[in-house]
Amino acid sequence: MERIVAGNMGISPGIGAGVGEAAGAEPFADALERRGLSLVRGEITTLQVNTGYLCDLRCRHCHLEAGPGRTEIMSRETMAAVVSFARRFPFQVIDITGGAPELVPDLPFLLEGLAPLAPRLMLRTNLSALNGAARESLLALCVAHRVVLIASFPSTNPSQADAQRGAGVTETSIAVLKKLNDAGYGVEGTGLELDLVSNPVGAFLPVSQASAERKFRHDLLRKWGVAFNHLYTFANVPLGRFRTWLLRTGNYERYVKTLVETFNPSAIDRLMCRTLLSVSWDGYLYDCDFNLSVGRPNGERKVHVLDVRDLPPPGDPIAVGEYCYACTAGSGFT
Amino acid sequence: MEMYYDPADLAKFNEIGKDAPELAKKFFDYYAEVFKEGELTEREKALIALAVAHAVQCPYCIDAYTRACLEKGSNLGEMTEAVHVAAAIRGGASLVHGVQMRRIAEKLSM
Repeated sequence: MERIVAGNMGISPGIGAGVGEAAGAEPFADALERRGLSLVRGEITTLQVNTGYLCDLRCRHCHLEAGPGRTEIMSRETMAAVVSFARRFPFQVIDITGGAPELVPDLPFLLEGLAPLAPRLMLRTNLSALNGAARESLLALCVAHRVVLIASFPSTNPSQADAQRGAGVTETSIAVLKKLNDAGYGVEGTGLELDLVSNPVGAFLPVSQASAERKFRHDLLRKWGVAFNHLYTFANVPLGRFRTWLLRTGNYERYVKTLVETFNPSAIDRLMCRTLLSVSWDGYLYDCDFNLSVGRPNGERKVHVLDVRDLPPPGDPIAVGEYCYACTAGSGFT
Repeated sequence: MEMYYDPADLAKFNEIGKDAPELAKKFFDYYAEVFKEGELTEREKALIALAVAHAVQCPYCIDAYTRACLEKGSNLGEMTEAVHVAAAIRGGASLVHGVQMRRIAEKLSM
């Protein structure tokens, strides 16, 4: 099994262009039209904030090609603009993601600014970036503001998880999960929520969320004595480094074909992009993190959060690409 | 090079219904029913199928149930252990016949 190697593998400009073409997939927009469906906005309740592409890992499934070599990170000035935006347009949920947000120097400033503005503030973590004494104060800040932690944990099999995330990452992840449990995260009655996200460790679809959650809960407790609240399973999106891996290993065509064949029309209404806006590290609005990764802004025009007068109204179209099949496969990316 | 086994044949399995459609329908209906969640989960059934696939050395079944096991949430450790179960039963099945060998040999020997 291949291992993730150190060093910059490079960034592919325009990586979204042509997705699905090699596999002869019907354009996603056509697939919707043929079924009389449309993907439009509902009421926006979630603000996703992407703090940039710097990461300590170089995960093989990363659609953003985040890694140690990336220099795009959110500045304090942009953070202030995001906080101002979230104050003007209240959201039910604010979801901070990356890269590894923990590596962004002014993350505490962003957390403190956003915490009073939404009932639910989430921070996505790859766990390894939360490791070490230098992160103690960040963890304390998360506890103080009841920040929901969403941790990547793809598999309870260390060799498979390490194959996706890098050698030794599982061991570090378990150590951090134990530390989070010690701090009260994932422990019943504390109000500190710790959720896990599992992306498949290969070119196959994810297991159903309910059965995966049962199995992960059992395995994590039995093997390592670790507890968590909820588990989410998401299909890998054929963009960025995952697409490169699919192509290099000869899995691309079959994977895209599987996504297309398992298209679930009833997933459309529940897609997270209908109720979410994504802000990039430099402060521009996108429909979702995947459109961000291919450089397609909300409304097909780059608008900075400082310049937004109104949120996109219900019924506004959402930019789609062939990678959207990953969100509509099976039970969908909801 | 032409092969006896072609991976593309797996997707053509339903062609076995040509010339004997009723039998094929009965088989595929039964097959689908067997793999539904019952007292055993779909994940557990896929693991059993993977082990049996190795015991009967069916490359189509190994292809199909490796994928099914991964998609049902089994990990490589569990799948490898399942194959060891098949290997142990196959090996044990050979070895236990050694008792028969020894019984016959003892009868024939002085």
